[in-house]
Amino acid sequence: MTARRWPPLGFESRVALRFLLEGRFQSLLIVVGVAAGVAVVAYITALIGGLQRNTLEKTLGAQAHVVLTPLEEVVAAARPRIDGETVVADTQARAQRLRTLANWPAVVAVLEQRPGVVAVSPMVAGAALAQRGEATRSVSVAGVELERFDRVINLGSKLVDGTLRLAPGEAIAGVTLASDLGLRVGDRFTISTGTRQESLRIVGLVDLGVAEQNRRSVYVPLRSAQSLFDLAGGATRIDLSLADVWQARALAAELARELPAKVESWQDTNAQLVSALNAQSVSTTIIRGVVMVVVVLGIASVLVVSVVQKQREIGILRAMGATRAQVMGVFLVQGALVGLLGALVGVLMAAGMIELFTRFVKGSDGLPLFAITLPPRVALQVALLAWGAGVLAALAPARRAARMDPAQAIRL
Amino acid sequence: MNAVTPPLLSLRGLRKTYNAGRPNEVEVLHGIELTLGQGEFAALIGPSGSGKSTLLNILGLLERPSDGAHEISGQSVRALDDDGLTAMRRRTLGFVFQFHHLLPAFSALENVTLPALARDGHVSIAVRERAKSLLEGVGLAAAMQRKPPELSGGMQQRVAIARALVLQPALVLADEPTGNLDTASSDEVFALLRRIHGEDGTSFLVVTHDPRLAARCDRVIELVDGRIARDAPVLRGEG
Repeated sequence: MTARRWPPLGFESRVALRFLLEGRFQSLLIVVGVAAGVAVVAYITALIGGLQRNTLEKTLGAQAHVVLTPLEEVVAAARPRIDGETVVADTQARAQRLRTLANWPAVVAVLEQRPGVVAVSPMVAGAALAQRGEATRSVSVAGVELERFDRVINLGSKLVDGTLRLAPGEAIAGVTLASDLGLRVGDRFTISTGTRQESLRIVGLVDLGVAEQNRRSVYVPLRSAQSLFDLAGGATRIDLSLADVWQARALAAELARELPAKVESWQDTNAQLVSALNAQSVSTTIIRGVVMVVVVLGIASVLVVSVVQKQREIGILRAMGATRAQVMGVFLVQGALVGLLGALVGVLMAAGMIELFTRFVKGSDGLPLFAITLPPRVALQVALLAWGAGVLAALAPARRAARMDPAQAIRL
Repeated sequence: MNAVTPPLLSLRGLRKTYNAGRPNEVEVLHGIELTLGQGEFAALIGPSGSGKSTLLNILGLLERPSDGAHEISGQSVRALDDDGLTAMRRRTLGFVFQFHHLLPAFSALENVTLPALARDGHVSIAVRERAKSLLEGVGLAAAMQRKPPELSGGMQQRVAIARALVLQPALVLADEPTGNLDTASSDEVFALLRRIHGEDGTSFLVVTHDPRLAARCDRVIELVDGRIARDAPVLRGEG
């Protein structure tokens, strides 16, 4: 027989590997168990991640992450309140007229400098009537600088007809509004506010993904809106787009302290959605936690049995000059190897499950419901988790093996 | 002889008590006095229950005595911690057990190199060559890559002997090394031990209850009820 090459592996890993290969069936069982756990964790992470990303994209696609509007007008007291005095009064709240944000060009410039802010778009937004022939619809008019606004909500990707441009006298409208008024690209219609009226030509139709917005949205150049609403040189709100949508709440709180404006994050305006997403994340974490606990227990129970079975071998190893730490290492390495192998197989299984999901679970339009992918970062995270779980699971059996009395172990 | 050199092994007043302080407390070794020199080939005999195994485990540093002095080459091992005992075991001791106790998942050659693997974390070329020549020496040149379950009892015991010798121990402790073998294999294995002793002067302490084998050692130590009842050289008429 030819001499085999002996790679310079440590005592622990060589013995661990042999022990695992010796108990092939047992090893297979735990690797499959770990793989199943890893697959479930990776799959559910990818699934919920995809679902949340999809929901967020749909929600945030048509709205800004942070919105600045003027502070609401309140009725001021006729004289300052004195301590200890009880005022019995009923105050009628003021009607909120359309007002401009104070000093908005400077505010826009300041916001653009802020780290994390991707786009800033000033806007004049107000209610108006759209008319064409006999048909009248109430609409919300948004006067925007198209290039800035496009960076906030990516109007270009929502364009279904026409071109993306806004010259004076031109407008972009939601698809439902256009069909309600019988408008096509190139047609004219009239926008009237309480005091003014302007005839506009449709240059583009957009599908904003939300029925209400498709029915009511009209985008015009900022200047047109300023004159329509009698706010020469004004802006009634500023939209912000952020690099990380989850920073919106913190940034909004910061801006509210610094600027004399009402600042709302998308979380404020979509409180229900946020709590639904949070509930989802919490459930996912619980499921992942439970699965990992099961994996740890599975590895641990098989290794405990293996320690008992290998009692005599452990005694021999000790007599041959293996230290307690080395014996412990043998079982820790077994846990690590099983965890690692299970992680690899599990990640492959998760990729397969995701492939199946994308192929067979389809919406009414025959397209996949939403994109789910297994990001390498998640795969790596889950694999590391399983690896750690393997070592953790091996800890108790390994200590047991290390504490074994060698003389007694050999006698068995 | 050089009087300054301490003996390889020295026990003075060695006692071993199990279950100390409990109602089932029992003392199995009652003050053993024993000295073993370099190059001796001694038999340890005695009826079962006489404390042979306990004494052998203590000598093998697998168990700790309850009282008394225990020195190896003049160094006391009583104060050593577990890792210290393991290190001492690596340096000075080799084991041969009754039921060979090879690791079934490792080939014969791997079993022989195992003590070096535990000591160094890898198997050097020098160790591997030594292991091979030891296996050749015990007549297993053709069986090096085979695993223990594929070998006969005598062959397995010869692998175990090669393993005991791989780190060149000063003393080999053999617990009934031929107890599990038929007469022919038994003679063969014993002859091998004697040959190794003759070749490199390794000391041997062989536990046996076969009087035929004891008679072929140089010295017989008899243990009865936890005391040394007889300790005498073997006188041989024949050459």
